[in-house]
Amino acid sequence: MSGARGSIVGIGELKPQRLTSGVTTLEMIAEVSRLAVLDAGLEPAAIDGLLVGPQVGETPQHVPATIAEYLGLAPTMANVVDLGGASGAGMVWRASAAIEAGMCEAVLCVLANNREEAAPRSPNRNPIREFDVPFGASGANISYALLMQAHMAEYGSTARDFAMIAAAARANAQLNPDAIFFGKPADVEAVLASPMIASPLHLLEIVMPVAGGEAVVVTSAERARSMAKRPVHLLGAGEKVTHRAVSQAPSLTSGPLKSAMARAFAQSGTQAREMDLLSLYDCYTIMVATTIEDAGLCAPGGFGAWLRDHDLSHKGDKPLNTHGGQLGFGQPDLAGGMTHVVEAVRQLRGEAGERQIGKAELALVTGNGATMSEATAIVLGAA
Amino acid sequence: MSVDLNMLKTPGPTITALTKPFWDAAAEGRLKIQHCEDCGKAVFYPRPICPHCWSKRLVWKDASGRGRLKSFSEVHKPGHPGWLPAAPYVVGLVELAEGPTILSFILPGTRPLQVGDMLLLAPTSIGGRVLPAFKPVEPRAEEKPQ
Repeated sequence: MSGARGSIVGIGELKPQRLTSGVTTLEMIAEVSRLAVLDAGLEPAAIDGLLVGPQVGETPQHVPATIAEYLGLAPTMANVVDLGGASGAGMVWRASAAIEAGMCEAVLCVLANNREEAAPRSPNRNPIREFDVPFGASGANISYALLMQAHMAEYGSTARDFAMIAAAARANAQLNPDAIFFGKPADVEAVLASPMIASPLHLLEIVMPVAGGEAVVVTSAERARSMAKRPVHLLGAGEKVTHRAVSQAPSLTSGPLKSAMARAFAQSGTQAREMDLLSLYDCYTIMVATTIEDAGLCAPGGFGAWLRDHDLSHKGDKPLNTHGGQLGFGQPDLAGGMTHVVEAVRQLRGEAGERQIGKAELALVTGNGATMSEATAIVLGAA
Repeated sequence: MSVDLNMLKTPGPTITALTKPFWDAAAEGRLKIQHCEDCGKAVFYPRPICPHCWSKRLVWKDASGRGRLKSFSEVHKPGHPGWLPAAPYVVGLVELAEGPTILSFILPGTRPLQVGDMLLLAPTSIGGRVLPAFKPVEPRAEEKPQ
């Protein structure tokens, strides 16, 4: 496809698990990297670019070198992408940019995490730790609850509107045997009946933390033509980082994804309504609601009506998170954001099996980190 | 929330030399924030440079203690176990009259909270230290900030 800035030619994914025992993140990175490189039909030595996530606790510094050594790679471009849930999508454009810059030809983008029973509490020292935690606000749940409450107050959105997002994710997960909630659907009533965690946020509107891993391989569009699998091209990307703590957010009802998506659409010459697949970051229901509005799919405050007007299943007019999203698949920490990339590649390759969407030419993938703070959007296209 | 907040084993602030004036004032029941002498804007949380204009001419001033509730959440499952005995409790985003937004503990009023409610500083002992909490302005009561 003309205009392609790079192509994803390999994917790997580990089945999510609630807990791991005695397995390091480094070991899981190796497993999932192998799957992605095998899928690409490449020799490991062909990987000359490496993008990894931060390894809090396990490897505080020199992360790319540690992973390159572990994998026996000697990349000519290596970096940490530290954008929370936006890291996966953020890696894809960085890989393409590094290739375009002539730094490397084939980039392994990899995120994974173990999940041990007795994990140590965070040793964080930052403004959130100093100015939020002492008032009783620890963790992301409260931050997203504050965003959700603000949306309800400004637009009159209802608990039921938000619950529809979780129910749709669970419904889509019923077609993904690897999803943590496969075999466990939950309708709107079940979401609303689940325990209140931090009002107005219910338990089933929050992702389940799991262990897992996701990886993709990116190469030049030109080189992609001679690869084993049908390439998926990166057509456009956008990114924006605005704040870290929710108290410092420029807006509580619109986020940096608005500008990131606008850039991704402009670069690719596409529009939100043309997307055949919406692979939207969904750590919480409110994140999907705000993204639908920020994408311009409906007016601000209109997501509830938009959801009622559309079918989000693989057979629907607006397939959204056909792998179940993280709300249905589980959230393997930072790799959670990459599940949206991997699923988009599957769909655009026509390899999604039972949940294959009909027309599969364009996909929007979004990533979001911290408290609607770090945003990356990419538009992918089928070859 | 009938528990004595001061008896909670909750994590306190991680104070640095830069932020100490904020916490020293808080211990005395006051809310002190930085102001930039170059661009005139109020700054929270404390920084070595103004986040608006990068000036280093920041001075500490007492805030009015008045604010508006931008959002709130009743926390049923706290993120830190030290807060469990107090649950459910309310945290909120308070837009100070001076401009910046602070996350704080919101004391219960006589009616359900709503986004947009006016708030007043209400210094409160939590976990063995006085913190700048807030409480709703009660329309029928003649109350003054402490």
